[in-house]
Amino acid sequence: MQRKVIFNNKLLPYLLLAPQLAITAVFFFLPAGQALFMSVLMQDPFGARVEFVGLENFRTILADPDYIASVWRTAYFALAVTLLAMVPALLLAVMADRVVRAAALYKTTLVVPYAIAPAVAGVLWLFMFNPAVGVLAWLMRSLGVDWNPTLDGSDAMALVIVASAWKQIAYNFLFFLAGLQSIPRSLLEAASIDGAGESRKFWTVVFPLLSPTTFFLLVVNIVYAFFDTFGVIHAVTGGGPAKATEILVYKVYYDGVIALDLGSSSAQSVILMAIVIGLTFMQFRFIERRVHY
Amino acid sequence: MAANRSADWLPHAILWGGLAVVAFPIYLALVASTLTTQQIAQAPMPILPGPHLLDNYRDALLRGGIERLSPPVMAMMWNSLLMALVITFGKIAVSIISAYAVVFFRFPGRMFFFWCIFITLMLPVEVRILPTYEVVSDLGMINSFAGLTVPLIASATATLLLRQFFMTIPDEYVEAAKIDGAGPLRFFRDVVLPLSRTNIAALFVILFIYGWNQYLWPLLIVTDQNLDTIVVGIKKMIGTGDATTDWNLVMATAILALLPPALVVVLMQRWFVKGLVETEK
Repeated sequence: MQRKVIFNNKLLPYLLLAPQLAITAVFFFLPAGQALFMSVLMQDPFGARVEFVGLENFRTILADPDYIASVWRTAYFALAVTLLAMVPALLLAVMADRVVRAAALYKTTLVVPYAIAPAVAGVLWLFMFNPAVGVLAWLMRSLGVDWNPTLDGSDAMALVIVASAWKQIAYNFLFFLAGLQSIPRSLLEAASIDGAGESRKFWTVVFPLLSPTTFFLLVVNIVYAFFDTFGVIHAVTGGGPAKATEILVYKVYYDGVIALDLGSSSAQSVILMAIVIGLTFMQFRFIERRVHY
Repeated sequence: MAANRSADWLPHAILWGGLAVVAFPIYLALVASTLTTQQIAQAPMPILPGPHLLDNYRDALLRGGIERLSPPVMAMMWNSLLMALVITFGKIAVSIISAYAVVFFRFPGRMFFFWCIFITLMLPVEVRILPTYEVVSDLGMINSFAGLTVPLIASATATLLLRQFFMTIPDEYVEAAKIDGAGPLRFFRDVVLPLSRTNIAALFVILFIYGWNQYLWPLLIVTDQNLDTIVVGIKKMIGTGDATTDWNLVMATAILALLPPALVVVLMQRWFVKGLVETEK
């Protein structure tokens, strides 16, 4: 972690660090501190008076059925997105690992959605499932499915889940493929010689060796579903209908920016920060394991 | 052998299925961008391209969306490109010098500063929306290009990646530079920078996509149409009532919004995969 040979300037390193630290201090630490500070204050509706209220804001939101509903909704959403983004990605990676012919074509096409903005991905799926003009909405209707994501909450939820997962498959595919390609061929050959079939080889050799990658991706996907899907939700449903797709990060935005409830929004921010910190720690723990295996 | 036969076609079949799911939404957007609004509205729309490709793209690029709620797409693309490039090169510049300071010098507070940078990983915009907005507003940077880009320029990811790479530069290089009388700035320019080329290329891909795809931050900071980026602007082109949306123009805009980052990923795939896998280490 330390180099033996270094330069001996006194001032230069500080100058080199200054731009990064200045931006970090002004736009990261100051606002984060302020979120902490505001989360223990309450403002009257006209912004005239501010009062210290301790943990009152936290007590209020944790007792608010709307907030608790959003917590469960987020958990459901994150779980669904994670599963739907990881399982197909693993299947595709296993297949891509087996083929030689056209492997580059598969890889190139499958990674493209990674480059697409969540909001744009949302717009693409919104178009396909739009009740008036969407091709897939039409298909579902002709199959007799009653589909209307603008009115039905669970339809809207299904739509944002699928759009979010679609975009994330590319990322998972790349990491699973890299993980698969680092498994020593000799192990697989040994299993073959012992008479193991493809599926048996997968479950007894490949999958266990892949578990560090899987755990790592699990955390990354949960983080993605919690935070990066804001664009999908905002562009596709705006949290609706009737808050059916209002996940936590959208609620912080809505309560703070639209409804201007500063104390509540800050307290929600602090809770989200705690969640990110927890997830980041998990991520680094798993990475350490990955390095050792 | 029968088993080998099935092992031969099955992966290809599954992969083609995957490709279809991944490509279908993009294909449909492409088709829709060559049709008229009426053709799309007749549900189901044709699934083969129509003849209006040029008209639609010209209309979107030069005139913008419904009721002129969004500026011409060309202007928004220009804003997006500028924002993405400033964020990308800003992040790389700021990170490369701070990683250099942390690795090649010994000074009081070194680890403390390193942790300060590291910890920003845990503070994405999404968790500090309002207070960050207020800081930017206090600085008078709302509705400005600086407000759009500067707050996003700090990067723990890039600093960590470059730091890790700098650790692998052999001590002999530093010694040789010292014997030749080269100072730290000279060593940075003549040795470290050229050696970092592939790492910079890898970071470029990841950060360009990050910059181009920004959504929440421009949404907060920009109310002036002239600063709208394409990723945020596209939503304004979708009307709340279905009848008012020119879906052909929206889909043309979607294609224009995804094309630059998709091209960067496809053309720079080698560096992209390297960057993606290494920034997560």
